Amino acid sequence: MRSIILVASTRIFFIAMVVVSLWILLRGHNEPGGGFIGGLMGAAAFATLAFAAGVDDARKMLRIHPAVLMGVGLVLAAVSGLPGVFLNGSYLQHQWLEVPLGLFDLKLGTTLVFDIGVYFVVIGGVLSFMFRLYEEDQG
Amino acid sequence: MADQLDLLWPVLIPIMTAALAACFWYNIKAQRIISFIGLVLLFAASVKLTMTVVEHGVIAKQFGGWAPPFGISFVADPLAAALVAITGLLALTVGIFGFYDVRARHERAGFYPLFHGMITGVNGAFLTGDAFNLYVWFEVMLVTSLGLLVISRSREQLDGTIKYGILNLFGTILFLIGLALLYGATGTLNMADLARVLPGMTMTPGLMTAAMLFLAAFAIKAGLFPLFFWLPASYHTATFAVGAIFAGLLTKVGVYATFRTFTLLFLIEGDTLRYVFTFIAAMTMITGVFGAAVQWNIRRILSFHIISQIGYMLMGLAIATPIAWAGAAFYIIHHIIVKANLFLLAGAIRAAGGSDDLRKTGGLLKSHPWLAVLFLIPALSLAGLPPLSGFWAKFLVIDASLRAEYYGLAAVALVVGVLTLFSMMKIWMEAFWKASPVKPSRRRYVPVAFIIPIVMLGAVTMTIGLFAEPFVTFARDAGEVLVDPPLYIAPVFGAEAAAEAGALISGEAIEADIIENGAAEGVEEEVR
Repeated sequence: MRSIILVASTRIFFIAMVVVSLWILLRGHNEPGGGFIGGLMGAAAFATLAFAAGVDDARKMLRIHPAVLMGVGLVLAAVSGLPGVFLNGSYLQHQWLEVPLGLFDLKLGTTLVFDIGVYFVVIGGVLSFMFRLYEEDQG
Repeated sequence: MADQLDLLWPVLIPIMTAALAACFWYNIKAQRIISFIGLVLLFAASVKLTMTVVEHGVIAKQFGGWAPPFGISFVADPLAAALVAITGLLALTVGIFGFYDVRARHERAGFYPLFHGMITGVNGAFLTGDAFNLYVWFEVMLVTSLGLLVISRSREQLDGTIKYGILNLFGTILFLIGLALLYGATGTLNMADLARVLPGMTMTPGLMTAAMLFLAAFAIKAGLFPLFFWLPASYHTATFAVGAIFAGLLTKVGVYATFRTFTLLFLIEGDTLRYVFTFIAAMTMITGVFGAAVQWNIRRILSFHIISQIGYMLMGLAIATPIAWAGAAFYIIHHIIVKANLFLLAGAIRAAGGSDDLRKTGGLLKSHPWLAVLFLIPALSLAGLPPLSGFWAKFLVIDASLRAEYYGLAAVALVVGVLTLFSMMKIWMEAFWKASPVKPSRRRYVPVAFIIPIVMLGAVTMTIGLFAEPFVTFARDAGEVLVDPPLYIAPVFGAEAAAEAGALISGEAIEADIIENGAAEGVEEEVR
């Protein structure tokens, strides 16, 4: 049974949750957060959508199969360790690049790539079984 | 540095293969190509690692660049390197076997990502130098192997998977509790660091509990008596390719973990632990071989033989002399190849005769005489007949037990060997010799993709059997590292720390080549 109120409010919640999950992902290096927690929140956003509007809508919103997302994330995370091999001789030793932007310095590192990878793996991993369970439920 | 890349690739290649295969979720053809390239690269990388270890001895690396014990330690000693090499070989051969055995619906269900994910877990478990990471690799292996086991989604597979999953999850939980206790007592989980710290500590009840929890956890993983029931209940339900790689590798990861823990962390000295191991080894051998006697499904028979064979490996560990450990190392390597080969042959027999139940098949000697010969190579090797690899494996272990005056254990091993021969002959007589109970409706062919890996593995078995010496020498080297923890510590913490630990363990003079600064003399006196 679909509840109109739930479906309507989910649209807003979905966007808010995805934005917050991205924010948590990005602040994660020096403050609580990061790829894993951000990914869980992102997955929760899609799970809420699947719950309210149906799994098909949620799948369409995700666009790609959750397993593909997992694969992409794993590739990103694995590749993020490679620069360290060639620059420092140690896999997963992360490299940093500071970009001065006038007011503040933007610190970019390979850890960010790793974290984004984790973010994708977690979303993909959670959703690949969550969607199946909801499908079972919704028949 | 070349060393560190050698350590990296056997884990990174299967991760990347699994990830890329998952990226092409809807493109099965691309997945097949990626998978095969990954398998070839993995085999090359694992051989390279073994060669490096043969050349340089134990190598270690901290990924992430943090100093031990905080970094992610990877260590390859001869035993681990050999197991990684065998894993590479086995993955490649089973991959070839899978060209025919893996169905399109298995591929759509994610066979390739799961398969390579499992290889990642296995290689990670062999190479990790950190007890907590060992737990993580166990989990990786468990999750992916559950997926592989249930890939056909049949009722039978679900039943097997639940038995497999529940007992193994229970095992990992025991392992985790043990880790927590160990960390509470020592403040570290880096294996080399533990090997350094533990000899100087008294065995508190907490540590003893941790050791026993490890033993129970690994006993479940390795299929030791009395915790092996999940194994024959689940392995025969898997597809043939999956069954072969499970039979070859998964329990051996448990055996490897047992060896690592009880040669490096908790040493088998004094009688209590030795009695426990001797008893478990003997019971594992006996129950396994008797369990096999009443079975009629080929893979169920073979599953019970995995258990009895693991008893031999544990027997080597229980005797705890350098030659016994070398023999056990040789045994593990021989066993992985032979057992996987037998599981592949079960698939070939099924393809040739239409069933893997011995009561419903037969007469294959006439229709497929070469298959009968190919079966005899691993079957006789498993039973321990010369000149095959199993003969040397059994010889080394039994010889070691006689030298250490474990006559009872040696007798059990010999009797179990004869019973194994009986069991293998039963399969051979039933499948090949006796006339077929059902009239074959058509001529059945065994696909070439089945024959190539069987011939490859059979050739390896023959090679080890006929030219045993380099392999025995290698096993001796592996045994030496197991006997001498400082050899494992030195690459991680440096020679000085290793020398200190050596002094703690033996309380005697240490080999001069480990000591660099003469610091060990001072430490020795402190210890006394």
